[in-house]
Amino acid sequence: MATATIPVTGPDRIDVPRAPLRVRVLRRPEVGALVAAVVVFVFFSVVTDAFLTPAGVATWLESAALFGIMAVAVSLLMIGGEFDLSTGVMVGSTGLITGVLATAFGVDIWVGMVISLMVALAVGFGNGMMVMRTGLPSFIVTLGAFFILQGLNLAVTKAVTNQVAVQGFSAVPGFWDARWLFGSSMSIGSATIQVSVLWWLLFTATATWVLLRTRVGNWIFAVGGDARSARQTGVPVLATKIGLFMTTALAGWLVGMLSLFRTTTVQASTGVGVEFIYIICAVVGGCLLTGGFGSAVGGALGALIYGMTYQGIVFAGWDNNWLKAFLGAMLLAAVVVNMYVRKRAETAGAAETKQTTPQVGPPDPEEAGPAVGRGGEEG
Amino acid sequence: MTAVRDDTAGRTAFIEARDCGKSYGQVVALQGVTTEVVAGEVTCVLGDNGAGKSTFIKILSGVHQHDRGELLVDGVPTRFTGPREALAAGIATVHQDLAMVPLMPIWRNFFLGSELTKGRGPLRRLDVSAMRATTRAELLRMGIDLRDVDQPVGTLSGGERQSVAIARAVYLGARVLILDEPTAALGVKQAGVVLRYVAKARDRGLGVVFITHNPHHAYPVGDRFMLLKRGESLGEYAKADIALDELTRLMAGGSELEELSHELGRR
Repeated sequence: MATATIPVTGPDRIDVPRAPLRVRVLRRPEVGALVAAVVVFVFFSVVTDAFLTPAGVATWLESAALFGIMAVAVSLLMIGGEFDLSTGVMVGSTGLITGVLATAFGVDIWVGMVISLMVALAVGFGNGMMVMRTGLPSFIVTLGAFFILQGLNLAVTKAVTNQVAVQGFSAVPGFWDARWLFGSSMSIGSATIQVSVLWWLLFTATATWVLLRTRVGNWIFAVGGDARSARQTGVPVLATKIGLFMTTALAGWLVGMLSLFRTTTVQASTGVGVEFIYIICAVVGGCLLTGGFGSAVGGALGALIYGMTYQGIVFAGWDNNWLKAFLGAMLLAAVVVNMYVRKRAETAGAAETKQTTPQVGPPDPEEAGPAVGRGGEEG
Repeated sequence: MTAVRDDTAGRTAFIEARDCGKSYGQVVALQGVTTEVVAGEVTCVLGDNGAGKSTFIKILSGVHQHDRGELLVDGVPTRFTGPREALAAGIATVHQDLAMVPLMPIWRNFFLGSELTKGRGPLRRLDVSAMRATTRAELLRMGIDLRDVDQPVGTLSGGERQSVAIARAVYLGARVLILDEPTAALGVKQAGVVLRYVAKARDRGLGVVFITHNPHHAYPVGDRFMLLKRGESLGEYAKADIALDELTRLMAGGSELEELSHELGRR
């Protein structure tokens, strides 16, 4: 199959040894989050009665889905070495734009959705452009975007509708036509699974595919790991980073639509303060704050942990404020554990190679052939 | 100061620089550079820190554009608009920082920016097995046996990393290989290994530009030597026209070094 691209004389199949399974598993960024997710799952399954019921599962899955879509996008962005604080309010902005256009101006619901999508992508593009052109930290740039959007959400909504929320969205013509896409649900057994869960799975699968199996994915790791090296090898750094900011904005729009059609209303203050939860989910999922390392599945697992804990605490009848404390502890634990695991994985892998590497030997120009043969013999 | 221009038949000059120069605003970073890069030969560019070596590399690799003189690629006056264009012309640069991403696996680094894909349209995807196998094969061809191509590049030693970078550039179809101080951070033995790779690349018909401040590394592999000092060319010498002593003396600033050794010797 691939032998045509291997410019090697000699054996057709080149033997490419793999590290032991233990090392390969340790190298995955989401290992820690997977273990934590299992622990949380088992814990609440044992402690509460409602957690494992079909209705219970549907509840925490929906909770995880809305956070998960954003957490996956934020993970990609974080792997790409950037940060976005305007993610939370973006959910509000897009919902408000579509909602206000439809209720107050009678704009077609589909047109309203396209317009809010365009606005979201434009904000994402603006964020990326600003970060890349000025060289300012994305923290500052998106903090600015966060406040601008937060202010606009409140001020414009108030000025147009004299209220601080979208009302009567379900009465808009076309609402029931568009609802299947973002607000529907399906029954699996006795559980009612929201469509948002499917979007979450689709988004996570697509992101994983892009990250691990496409050129763009390679570029995302590279621009986050070492932007200068990436540029030197010809990776389009600017386009990759701007694309990441726009992807995050796109995810914000998707979640905005999902919440709008699910609840048929949007508060003007929607999404404020949630941006940190996305970031926590990404970090818990194994993403490095400094970029270049992480996974989309990790972000999704981080959100799953959050969703399970959020609803688990409700099911257990505990004070909801415990959630925040848990989140903070989880974040710190994740950072420490991930750091330790990564170090172990790296040194384990390195030791493996050094032990088994035969002497490089005299690499005479003429001896390229024997070198290949030597590798073949041992493999 | 005799410029070498022995136009023997059969030699193909990939790159020719004629009186090349570059200024950053008011500062003249480089001027009067005349040299050529020939298939199967090593052109050494020697100079101390701040001599203009980096500027010269940046012009050759398309990162910056020269603003005086001419740069001929295959005999055609050229002005690269970016690194991608230089790469497309077969000019590959192994930078001092090796242009590697430490956290990424060796095979992903090996193909960074030039990934192999299979499939079409939305199904166009990385050909992972081919890339892993090619990485392993190309490294073996250079005499490097790294068992695990999945390990992060950051776990390799300096010499190993350098070798991977050179193997990558050679594999990616470079006709011209620009090596920026490949031996600078290495011990004697490791430097020797890297010099062998340089010779190997040369013997495979590449034109090599070997940037260094160490004449002892340059002399054994070099065919021509261009000396830079404070952004100016001190001339180009064929190997036949210059001995190692002379090269070292010119490199070190000639009389400056003599004065220094005199001064130090008195104690």
